[in-house]
Amino acid sequence: MAAYDELQKQLIKDLLIESSEGLDRFDREMLALEKGQGTPDTANIIFRVIHTIKGTAGCLGLSKIESVAHVGENLLSLLRDGKLTVTQPLIGTLLAYADALRQMLRCLETQGNEGDADHSTLLAQLQALAEGKATAATAVKDVKTGSETPAQNWGLFDDEPVVAPATTVQAVHETSPADSVLTNTPSATSVPTVAVHATAPSAADSAIRVNVEQLDKLMNLVGELVLARNQIIQHSSATQEAGLIGASQRLNIITTELQESVMKTRMQPIGNVWAKFPRIVRDVAFELGKKVKLVMEGDKTELDRTIIEAIKDPLTHIVRNAIDHGIELPSVRVKEGKPEEGLIVLRAFHEGGQVNIEIMDDGRGINVSKVRQKAVEKGIVNSEQAGRLSDREVFNLIFLPGFSTADKVTNVSGRGVGMDVVKTNIEKIGGSVDILSEVGNGSTIKIKIPLTLAIIPALIVSSGGERFAIPQVSLLELVRLEGETAKRGIEMLYGTAVYRLRGQLLPLCYLNKQLEIGEGRDAGSASVVNIVVVQADGRQFGMIVDEINDTEEIVVKPLGKQLRGITCFAGATIMGDGRVALILDILGLAQRANMVNEVRDRALLDKTASDTRSTNRQTLLVFDASKGSRMAIPLSMVARLEEFPRSAVERSGLQEVVQYRGKILPLIRVADHVSGIQNTIQSQDPMQVVVYSEQNRSVGLVVGRINDIVEEAITVKRDATAGGILGSVVIQDKVTDLLDVSAVIRAADPSFFNQEVEQTVN
Amino acid sequence: MTESKQFCTFYLHDLFFGVEVLGVQEVIRYQEMTGVPLAPRMIEGLINLRGQIVTAIDLRRRLDLPARADGELPMNVVVRSDDGAVSLLVDEIGDVVETNDRDYEPPPETLTGVARELIRGVYKMKDRLLLILDTEKTVDVSTAKSRTPQQGS
Repeated sequence: MAAYDELQKQLIKDLLIESSEGLDRFDREMLALEKGQGTPDTANIIFRVIHTIKGTAGCLGLSKIESVAHVGENLLSLLRDGKLTVTQPLIGTLLAYADALRQMLRCLETQGNEGDADHSTLLAQLQALAEGKATAATAVKDVKTGSETPAQNWGLFDDEPVVAPATTVQAVHETSPADSVLTNTPSATSVPTVAVHATAPSAADSAIRVNVEQLDKLMNLVGELVLARNQIIQHSSATQEAGLIGASQRLNIITTELQESVMKTRMQPIGNVWAKFPRIVRDVAFELGKKVKLVMEGDKTELDRTIIEAIKDPLTHIVRNAIDHGIELPSVRVKEGKPEEGLIVLRAFHEGGQVNIEIMDDGRGINVSKVRQKAVEKGIVNSEQAGRLSDREVFNLIFLPGFSTADKVTNVSGRGVGMDVVKTNIEKIGGSVDILSEVGNGSTIKIKIPLTLAIIPALIVSSGGERFAIPQVSLLELVRLEGETAKRGIEMLYGTAVYRLRGQLLPLCYLNKQLEIGEGRDAGSASVVNIVVVQADGRQFGMIVDEINDTEEIVVKPLGKQLRGITCFAGATIMGDGRVALILDILGLAQRANMVNEVRDRALLDKTASDTRSTNRQTLLVFDASKGSRMAIPLSMVARLEEFPRSAVERSGLQEVVQYRGKILPLIRVADHVSGIQNTIQSQDPMQVVVYSEQNRSVGLVVGRINDIVEEAITVKRDATAGGILGSVVIQDKVTDLLDVSAVIRAADPSFFNQEVEQTVN
Repeated sequence: MTESKQFCTFYLHDLFFGVEVLGVQEVIRYQEMTGVPLAPRMIEGLINLRGQIVTAIDLRRRLDLPARADGELPMNVVVRSDDGAVSLLVDEIGDVVETNDRDYEPPPETLTGVARELIRGVYKMKDRLLLILDTEKTVDVSTAKSRTPQQGS
C-alpha cells in the first residue's frame, strides 16, 4: 500500500505543478480575451486548462475540485464554441473561479485535503452564466429556474452545457456594471487564498518547465566545452607551468560535473514510460481472458529523454507479447500448480554506465525444441546445426526477421511477433537485447541501453593516416601482437585473415582496406599488430588498425546529408586538436566487410562448441598481487584497468586516494589485505590499478602487475587457506589464488558496502 | 522598376560564379580537413567550423571542371542549406556584386551536363558573365551521383 500512497503523492504533486501553470495561463488568456486580443485558439486553451484539471482531479479522487472544475468547464465549452459573448461579468466570474480552484489546490498542498471553503455562490453564478441568465454583481438567481427555460431544448442531459440565446447574452452585457470584476469575487474564496499565500514555497515554485530546445542547446554548448577542455588538457600536458596545469585540472573536473548536471536535466525517470503499462496490461489481459499482475521495480531509474522516446514502443511490444504468448490462461496455470494470476515484472536499474531493463514473466516459457524445429523448417539452420545450438542461441533465433511473421511459431513457442523490430530499435540506440527462458517457468528479456547518446566514451584509433573513434559499447578488447607473434599470429585462409583468440578463430579485417584509404602497415612486415576486437549484432570480429591512441569522451555530431548514405560512419566528432574525426559504425562496417552474415553461423557454432566443453567457464583477470603471488578475479567485477603515477596519489585521512574522472577513488593495496604475502610493490611507479565499481561507488585495487585475461573452466582445487582468498585454481598450468574482492574491500573500508545498502534502500 | 539582387561571387577555373548573398553564412580561408573514406568524389572532407562539423564540397569536381593545380589552396564559401551549413570550395573570392534584373537571362539551351542542372541563370555584367548557382541543388550530391557515376575514391 505504501507504494500506492507514494504514487498518489507524486501524482498530486504533478497535478499541483501542472494546475498552477495552467491557471496562470488561464488568467493570462482570460485577460487577453477581456482586452479583445483573444485569438480563435484562446478560448480553446482556457477550456483545455480546466478540462485537464478536472480530469486529473477526477482520477485522483478529488471530488470537490472535480465538481467545481466541471461547472466551469460547461461554461467554457460554450465560450469555446462561440456560443457565448465575452462580457465583463463573465470574465470576472471566471477569474474568481480560477482563484477558487487555486485556493483548493493550495489547501490540498498545505493541508492534504481540498479545504472546506464554500463555493456554492460562485458555482451558481457560473451555472447561471452558462444558462444565459443575466447576473448582477451579487444577485444570484435560483439555479433551478434558470435550467428550465433553454435547457428544455436538451431535456436528456441536465448537466450538459446549454446554448444561450444571443439576445440574453446581449442583455447581460448591458446590465453589468463595469466594476463587476471585483465585486464578483466571492469573499469565501479570497480570504483563505491570502492566508495560505504566506506559507513556504509551494511545489509549483520548486520546479519550472524548460523548453526542450533550450536544454538541447545547453547540451550542445556543454559538448563544445568538453571539446575545448580536451584541447586544453592536451596542451597543458605538454607544459611544465604549474599554474596552467592546476587550472586545467580544475577545468577538467568542473566540466565533467557540468556535463553530468546538464545531462541530468535531460533525464527522465523510466516510470514516465511505465505509467501506461498497468492500463495496457489490464486491457490486454482482459481481452485474452487472462489474469495478470504487474510489478514495477526501479521506476525512478533515469534515462536521457531521447532514449525514453526510443524504448517506448519496443517495451510496450515486449509487455504485450509476454501477456499474449507467455502467461497462460488461468485454468491452465492452476493445472500446472501455479497461482491463477500471472506475474509480469518490469525492472530497471543502472549498472556500469548503462541502464538495464528486464521484463520477466512467469508464463510457459519458450519451447526450445519447437523453435529448433521451426528454424530447420525455415532453412535458417540445418538439422545438424540446430542440434548443436545451445538453448540461449535458440532463444536468440527468435529475433531473426524470418521468425517474426510466422504465426505458428509464436503460438507454440511463446514469443516472436515483431521481435526483430524490437531488437533493431534497441540496437539503433546502441543497446542490446538478450532473452532467457525456461519451459514452464517463464521468460526474461534483458535490455541494456546507454544512458545518453550525446556524449559517449570512445576509443580513438588510427588507420591509413586518419583517426577514427570507436564507441566503447561495441568494444570488447584490444589485442597487441609483437615480434614473432605479429608475423605468425595472423593466419590467412583463402584471403581471409583470422587470429586465434583464446583458441577460437576470430575473423579479421583491415580497417584501411575496408575504408579504401591509404596504405596501412602490412601484416607481413609490421612488427606490431593492433587488433581491436569489436562486437556487432552479437558477433565478434577483429579490426586491424595502425595505432591505438586513447579513450576519450566524444561529442557525437551528425553528418551532413551528403554523407548519410555511408553506413560505416555513425557521425563525427571534434578531437582535442580541433580536427574532425569520424565515428565508426561497427555494425555498418561489419556489414561492409561481410562479417555479420559470415560470423553469424560461426559464432553460433563456436559458442556451442565451447558450451558443450564446459558450462562453468569464466573470464578471469590474472594479476600478481605482489611478486610471486598470482591471483585472479572474475573480469565481470572489473570496471577498468588504469595506471596512476605515484605523484597522483593523495591522502584523505589514512586512506590513499587518487582523483579519477572527477571523483575521488580510494586505493586499496591488495597485498596489505591478503594475509601471508609480502608487499613488494610499495614503491612501484606507475601503479597498476584495477577499478572495481558497484552502485556508483568505485574503489581502486592496487596490484603488482596485470598478467592476462583468460577464459577458464574453474574448479577450485584447494579451499581458502588465508584471509582474503576464496580458494586456489590452476590457470594456464599455474596455481592461482582467487581473490575475495568483497572481503578485501570490507577489510580496508568497512563502510563501502554499508553505504551501498543505504543507497539501494533509498 | 527593376529589382536588384546581391550576389557573393567567386572564381572557379576561368569562370565567374555567384550565389545569393543571403544564403551565404560566411567566407573563410582554407581549413585543415578530414577526409571521408567511401564518400562521393566531390566531397573534399569535413571541417570544424567553431564546433560545428561542416561538409566541404569541391566545386570544381562538382561542376566537372579540371582539378586545381597542386599547392593552390581553395577558399570556403559556407552556405546555408536545408540541412545545415555546407562549405563550397572555390578558387578565389570575388566582391559582393549588385545585379539588375534587366541583365538576367536563363542559361542558354546549348549548356549541357551538370552545368545545365546547377546553373540557374546568367547575368550579363559589364566585362564578363556571372553564372548563378542553385545552392540547394549544388549541395545535393545524390543527384550528381546518378548523372556522373563515380569510380569511388
